[in-house]
Amino acid sequence: MAFLNGLKCRECGREYPVEPLNVCDFCFGPLEVVYDYATISEVVSQDSIAKGPLSIWRYKDLLPAEGDDPVDIMAGFTPLLKARGLGKTLGLNNLYIKNDSVNPSFSFKDRVVSVAATKALEFGYETIACASTGNLACSVAAHCARAGVRAVVFIPSDLERGKIIGAAIYNPVLVSVDGTYDQVNRLCSELADDYPWAFVNINMRPYYAEGSKTLGYEVAEQLGWRVPDHVVVPSASGAMFTKIWKGLNEMACLGLLDGVPSSSFGVDQNTVHHPAVTTKMHMQQAEGCSPIATAWNSNQSQVVPVRPDSLAKSLAIGNPADGIYALKVIERSGGSAYAVPESDIVDGIKLLAETEGIFTETAGGVTVSGLKNLADSGAIKPDDLTVVYITGNGLKTQEAVEQVVNPLSIKPSISSFESVFEGAK
Amino acid sequence: MSIVVRIPTPLRKMTNGQAKVEVDSTVLGELVEKLNSEFPGFKDRLVDEEGELRYFVNIYLNGEDVRFMDGLKTATSDGDEISIVPAVAGGI
Repeated sequence: MAFLNGLKCRECGREYPVEPLNVCDFCFGPLEVVYDYATISEVVSQDSIAKGPLSIWRYKDLLPAEGDDPVDIMAGFTPLLKARGLGKTLGLNNLYIKNDSVNPSFSFKDRVVSVAATKALEFGYETIACASTGNLACSVAAHCARAGVRAVVFIPSDLERGKIIGAAIYNPVLVSVDGTYDQVNRLCSELADDYPWAFVNINMRPYYAEGSKTLGYEVAEQLGWRVPDHVVVPSASGAMFTKIWKGLNEMACLGLLDGVPSSSFGVDQNTVHHPAVTTKMHMQQAEGCSPIATAWNSNQSQVVPVRPDSLAKSLAIGNPADGIYALKVIERSGGSAYAVPESDIVDGIKLLAETEGIFTETAGGVTVSGLKNLADSGAIKPDDLTVVYITGNGLKTQEAVEQVVNPLSIKPSISSFESVFEGAK
Repeated sequence: MSIVVRIPTPLRKMTNGQAKVEVDSTVLGELVEKLNSEFPGFKDRLVDEEGELRYFVNIYLNGEDVRFMDGLKTATSDGDEISIVPAVAGGI
């Protein structure tokens, strides 16, 4: 069962019941789930987690939906790889890749959607909807196919073909909107007022966003119940970034890290920082849409919206709802934020592919280029335990790297091969 | 003809359940004041102590975010449509 006490406004603290709500009636602040950590601490342990399924549902006691019969296409528990090739190139001896591009619908979104879809069915919804930069549409459509309910997914019309097909194949109602993601999101917010649907990133948002905590849990578990020195994370809205931090701190407070006794969560569950969590959180945005990095690097506490113009469409959110909370996480963790030049995105994709055999989407190119910047600048030392999060699959954004296709063209004969091959050498 | 204002669910308790309200105004700030006269307390939900639009409130004039125009000083005219939309998360 889910161990929830209710919802609470992150800004003014007003409390709400466990219902499909996401915004405080009074101040419009975001609602967050409030956990019954006292009960959770009695039932969860390293052993209980380790005995669970090889999906995010091994952490069911820490998620806001019933975990006994979830909408599950086996999201999560993705590989954590020692990155010897990339590490050697960047001068990092202790680098790991959390490869979330191999989730069932090929992005980390399966984590959040599995939680949101499970919660939507608990609430009795028969239609699940979303506004998407692409990956979310794929994941919502896939989970709805699994659950046997209707999906209605809204996407900007200029999305990459791989993401459109990657969503359409599950036969959702696919709505292509002539506008930017921010405009699609605004439209869906208005529709959510009038349609009795579970919009995963609107009225399901308090539950949905919690799914990203599992990116923190898994890394800690896969490292042997310890936290890394640095994590390098792509960001658009800032939601996943803040939830990874929350996940690491929950593990510490619940006594799930080796050698760390459990401790109180204090008065605010969302801002708890356990001293054992020494991880520095490094956010990577693409220069063409970097409102959070811009705010951080100019010492602003507010995030000023921008009009996105980036190759990394999954990061192209000009008005990041979790931006101010992400800034606080950077500050508390001693981390950083960086706007990766657009011209470095493809280089990042190619560097990861050529050194590690992992093909990531444009957001991953941003992340790897941001990691390179951290290594080059000395912000990450050679022996620091570092995890870079790769959250989406390159097959969805092939347009960005079409120039790599440059084959040796030959006739079907040995002589033709040898003449061309010798020339190529 | 006047300006149509779409009211989001969290504010409909203040508008007696109305999803749309019609107002006359020439500037967005004036429109907010008029809504406040008709529905006392409405302004506080949208505007902070410094007179700025609250961080989690987005107002769109004919689909355009007024933050990219002149904020509360943005000109309004008959036939315009105003949407008040709480900020929502998405993406990564």
